[in-house]
Amino acid sequence: MTEILADLNYWVTIFLMIGGLYIITAHGNMIKKLVGLGIFQTSVYLLFLSPGKVLGGTAPIIAPGFELYSNPLPHVLILTAIVVGVATIALGLALVVRIHEAYGTIEDDEVQEMEAD
Amino acid sequence: MEPADHILLAMLIPTVGALLIVLTRRNPNLREAVTLATAGLLFVNVLQLLPVVLAGGRPELSGFEVTPGLEVAFQVEPLGILFGLIASFLWIVNSFYSIGYMRGNKEPRQTQFYVAFAVALASALGIAFSANLFTLFLFYEILTLSTYPLVAHHGDAKARRGARIYLMILLGTSIVFFIPALVWTLAIAGTLDFTPGGILAGKASGLTTGLLLALFAFGIGKAALMPVHKWLPNAMVAPTPVSALLHAVAVVKAGVFTILKVSVYIFGSDHLLATGASEWLVYLATFSLLAASVIALTKDNLKARLAYSTVSQLGYIVLGAAIATPLALIGAGMHILMHAFGKITLFFVAGAIHTATHKTEISQLNGIGRVMPFTMGAFFIGALSIIGLPPLGGAWSKLYIALGGMDGEYWFVVAALMISSVLNVAYLMPVVVRAFFRPPDPDDHGHGDAHGDAAPVPETGSLRSRMKEAPWLCVVPLMFTAFACFILFFAPDAIEGLLQGMLEVPR
Amino acid sequence: MLAQHLPALQVVIPLLAAPLCALFRRGFIGWLIAVAATWLAFAAAIGLLFRVLNEGVISYAMGGWAPPIGIEYRVDLINVFVLVVVSGVGSVIIPFARTGTAARFNDTDQAWFYAMYLLALTGLLGVTITGDAFNIFVFLEISSLASYVMIAMGRDRRALTAAYQYLIMGTVGATFIVIGIGLLWAMTGTLNLADLAQRIPEINDTRPVLAALAFLTVGISLKLALFPLHLWLPNAYAYAPAVTSAFLAGTATKVAIYLFLRFFYTVFGGGGFFESTPLPEMFLVLSVVAMFAASTVAVFQDDVKRMFAYSSVAQIGLITLGISYVSETGLTGAMTHLFNHAIIKAGIFMLLGGVMFRMASVKLEDMAGIGRKMPFTMAGIVILGLALIGTPGTSGFISKWWIVLAALEKDQWWLVALILLASLITMLYVGRIVEVAYFREPSAKAADVREAPLAMLIPAYVLVIATIYFGLDTQWSVGLAQRAAADLLAGIY
Repeated sequence: MTEILADLNYWVTIFLMIGGLYIITAHGNMIKKLVGLGIFQTSVYLLFLSPGKVLGGTAPIIAPGFELYSNPLPHVLILTAIVVGVATIALGLALVVRIHEAYGTIEDDEVQEMEAD
Repeated sequence: MEPADHILLAMLIPTVGALLIVLTRRNPNLREAVTLATAGLLFVNVLQLLPVVLAGGRPELSGFEVTPGLEVAFQVEPLGILFGLIASFLWIVNSFYSIGYMRGNKEPRQTQFYVAFAVALASALGIAFSANLFTLFLFYEILTLSTYPLVAHHGDAKARRGARIYLMILLGTSIVFFIPALVWTLAIAGTLDFTPGGILAGKASGLTTGLLLALFAFGIGKAALMPVHKWLPNAMVAPTPVSALLHAVAVVKAGVFTILKVSVYIFGSDHLLATGASEWLVYLATFSLLAASVIALTKDNLKARLAYSTVSQLGYIVLGAAIATPLALIGAGMHILMHAFGKITLFFVAGAIHTATHKTEISQLNGIGRVMPFTMGAFFIGALSIIGLPPLGGAWSKLYIALGGMDGEYWFVVAALMISSVLNVAYLMPVVVRAFFRPPDPDDHGHGDAHGDAAPVPETGSLRSRMKEAPWLCVVPLMFTAFACFILFFAPDAIEGLLQGMLEVPR
Repeated sequence: MLAQHLPALQVVIPLLAAPLCALFRRGFIGWLIAVAATWLAFAAAIGLLFRVLNEGVISYAMGGWAPPIGIEYRVDLINVFVLVVVSGVGSVIIPFARTGTAARFNDTDQAWFYAMYLLALTGLLGVTITGDAFNIFVFLEISSLASYVMIAMGRDRRALTAAYQYLIMGTVGATFIVIGIGLLWAMTGTLNLADLAQRIPEINDTRPVLAALAFLTVGISLKLALFPLHLWLPNAYAYAPAVTSAFLAGTATKVAIYLFLRFFYTVFGGGGFFESTPLPEMFLVLSVVAMFAASTVAVFQDDVKRMFAYSSVAQIGLITLGISYVSETGLTGAMTHLFNHAIIKAGIFMLLGGVMFRMASVKLEDMAGIGRKMPFTMAGIVILGLALIGTPGTSGFISKWWIVLAALEKDQWWLVALILLASLITMLYVGRIVEVAYFREPSAKAADVREAPLAMLIPAYVLVIATIYFGLDTQWSVGLAQRAAADLLAGIY
C-alpha cells in the first residue's frame, strides 16, 4: 500500500492518460473529445513535474540556509507545454464552432451521415 | 563530323523534328514536309555510321553516370547499326504511306500522330545505339510511352481498351521482370555494359543464368514471346501506319533486338552454349512460333491474322537468340531485317484495302485482286517472303536459323521450322487465292457495307476501268517494300558480313 | 558574421516574418513578405549545406547558452539535407500560392494564410535543426497548429472536419512524443539529443527507456502517417487548399521521417534496439502493407486529390521500407526518396491546384478530356505520375532502384517482387487519370476551361523539371543521401 502511495503521482498520471485517451476514442461529441484531449495532455504535465521534485528540497530560489532545491527545468518545460495545450484546445474549439455553423451539429456520426449522401 | 556526332544526331533529329511538327501544325502540307525531311535526314545520318562499323570501328558517345552502376552512354555495333538502318529507312517509307492513309481516312489528331511517331523513332534509335542495358532500358520505356497515344489514337472504348492492355503489359513486364534482371545482372557482373563475349561468363552458374534469361525473356514484353504476346493483337485497333510502326519499324523489332543483344553481349554466346541455360527458351520459342501460327489460321480479320503471324515470326528471332550458335544468331539478326520488310508490306496492304474499300475481314476479300492488282500483287510477294521462299529475303534468315539449330543439335527445331512454314502458307496464301482466283461476291454491291458510296465491282471491262486502288501515296510505298524483299534476296553475304562483327570477341 | 548565425536565422526569419504578414493585413504585402522569407530561408539552408560540407557538423548555442543546459542547434548532413528539401519546396510553392489565394480570400484572410504558412515552415525547420528534444516538441506543435488552420481554409466544408480530425490525431501523436521525451529525460537528466545518445546505451534494458521507445514510435508514426496510423492524411490532403496540400505533402511527412531517423538511429542508435526489439521487422511489414493497401485504395478513388493522398501513404511506406533495412543502401534509398517524393508530390498537388482553380473540381469524371484543354498541366501530371511509378529517366526510378538494391543485398527476392508489384498498382491509378484526361470527350465542366495561369504553371514546372533532372543527375540527391546514410549508420555502431 505504501508503495502505491509513494508512486501516487505516477498512478494518477496513468489514470489521467488512459482516461483522456478513452474519452477521445469513445465519445462522438466533438467538444467531449477535446475535453478528453485536455485531460490527456494534463497527464503529461504531471509526468514531467513529478520527477523534478527532490524530497526535502525547496523551491529553486537561491537563498541562504537552503542547500537542497527541486529541479526547476520541468516547470519551465511544462509552462511551455501548457501554452501549447491551451492553443490547441482553443483552435479545436474554434473549429468545432465552424463545424457547427457548417453542419448544424457537432456529433461525429451525424456529420459523417450528412457527408455520406 | 565525328561518328559520335552522328550518334547524337540520330536521337536529336527526330526530337527536333517532333518540335517542328508541333510548330507547323496549322499547315498540314508543311507539317508532312517536316516529317519527310526529318525521316530522310535521319536515314542519311545513320547511314554515315555504316562504313565505320563495317570497317570494324565501334563509335562511342560517352554520356554521364546517373547513379553508381547506371550510366547513359552510346556505342554503335553491327546489330545496332542494322536496327538503326531498318528503323530510319522504314520511317521514310512509312511516312509517305501515313500521309496517304491518314488523309485518305480523314483521321483526327494527325499532329499528335506525327509527333508521337517522331518521338518513337528517337527512342528506337536510342535503343539501337545503347552502350549498356540501362540506357537501352531508358529508351525502351520512352518507346512504350510514346507509342501509347498512337495505339489509343481513335479514342473510342475499343481503342482505349487496346491501349490500356498495351501499356499494362509492356510497362508491367518491364517493371516486374526487366528491372530485377537489371539489378541482378549488375549485382553479379558489376557492370551493365554490352561487351563482346558477354559479361556473365564465369560469374553466373547455369541455374542463375537460366533464371536471369527468363527475367529478360519475359521482361522484354515487346518481343511478344508467349504468354506475354497479348498486347500485340490488342494493339491492332490502331491506324495501319501505327501497326506498321509496331510490327516492322520499331516496337517489336526493339523487343527482339533487345533479346538478341542481351543474348550476345550480356550472356555471351559461348556462355549460353556452355551452360545450356537457354535450352528451355528454345522449347518455349518453338512452341510460341507454332502456336501463334495455329491461332493465326483461325482469325478472319486480316490485321489480327497478321498480328499473330508477327508473334510467330518473332518466335523465330527469339529462337535464334536462344539456340545461340553463331549461325542462329546471325539468322536471328537477319530475320529482324527480312521480317521488317515482309511484314510492313503486308500491313500496308491491309491498310490500303481498308482505305479503298473499308474491308477488314479476309472473307470479304473475294476477287479484290481484280480491283487492286498492284496492292494484292505486293501482298503476294510479301507473303512469300514471310513464308521464306526464294527468291525473296525471308528465305535466307530462316535457312540460317535452321542451320544454327542443326549446329546446336536441336533437330526438332528444324522440323518445327518446316511445319511452321507450311502453316505460314496455310494462313497467308488463302488471302491471295481469294483475291485473285475467286469471283467477287455477287451480293457485294459496294466496297464495304457501311459505305455504300463506291461503285459495284464490274465483272468485265479493261483493267483500268475496274481498278480502284488506294491513294498512290499508299500504293507506291507498299510496292516499294515488296520490291525490297526481292532485292534483299541477293544481299545475304553483305548482311552476314556485317553481323559477323557482333560475334568477334577480342581475345 | 552572418554565416555564424545561419542556424538561428534559418528559423528566425520565417518566425519574424509571420506576425509581420498578419500585421499588414494586405494580401499582396503578405505574399511579398512570404516570398522574401521563404527564399531567404532557402538561401540559409543552402548556406548551411555548404558550411556543413566544408566544415563538418555545426553546433550553435542558441542565445549563447552552452549546451547541454542551453538549447543547441546542431546541423549535420542528415538534417541539412532535410532543411534544403523543406525550405526548397516551401519557397517554390509560395509564388504559386498568390493566384489561388487572392481569388478566394479577402485581404485579411490572405495575410493570415501567409502568416500560417510561414509559421508552419518555421515549425518544420525548427524541428529539423534543433538538437534539443523538448524543442522538437514545441516546434512540432507550432507547425501542426499552423497546418490545422491552413487545412481548415479549404473551400469544402469537409475541410473543417478533416482539420479537426487531424488536430485530434496530431495532438495525440505529439503528446505521445512528448511522453517519450519525458521518460528519457527522467532517466538521463538531459534533453540534448547528442547527450541522450551517449547515455542511453548504459540503461538500454530499463523499462522506462523501452516505454519511451514505444511512445516515440507510435507518436512519430502518427505524424508520418505510417499505415495504419494514416487515417488523418487522406481527408486532410484532399480538402485542404492546393497550397496546403502541396506544402504538407512535400514537407510535413518528410520532417516526421527525419524525426524517425533522428530518434531511431542517433538517439536510440547505440542501444542496440534494432537487434533486441522486432522494430525493423515491424516496420518492414507495415511498410509493405502500406504500399499495397494504400495504393489499392487509391485506384478506386474518384477524387484525384484523394487518390494522390492515398498514394502519399503508399510512398511513405516505400520510404520506411528503406529505413527498415538498417543498411547504408536502404537508408540512401529512403533519404533519396524523401527528397524525390517531396518534389514529385508537391508538384502534383500544385498542378491539381491549377485544375481546381479553373474547374472548381478535381473529380475524375470532371477531368475527362482536359488533356486537350490544359495540355501543360496534364503533361506535368503525367510526367510526375510516371515518376511515382518509377519510370527510368525520372527521379522516382532512382529511389526505387536503391531500395530494390537494398532488398537484394539482404537476398530478399520476394521483397523485390513486392516493391515492383506495388509499382504496378501505382501504374493503374496513374493510368486511370491519363485515360480519362486524354481519351474521353470533355465533360460538361471541362468544356470551356483554359490552361492554368502561368503564375501557377511556372512554379509547378520547376518541380516537374527537377523531377527529370534528378532522374538523370543524382550527385546532389543520391550523393548527399549516401553520405547522410553513412553518418546515420555510424550512430548505431
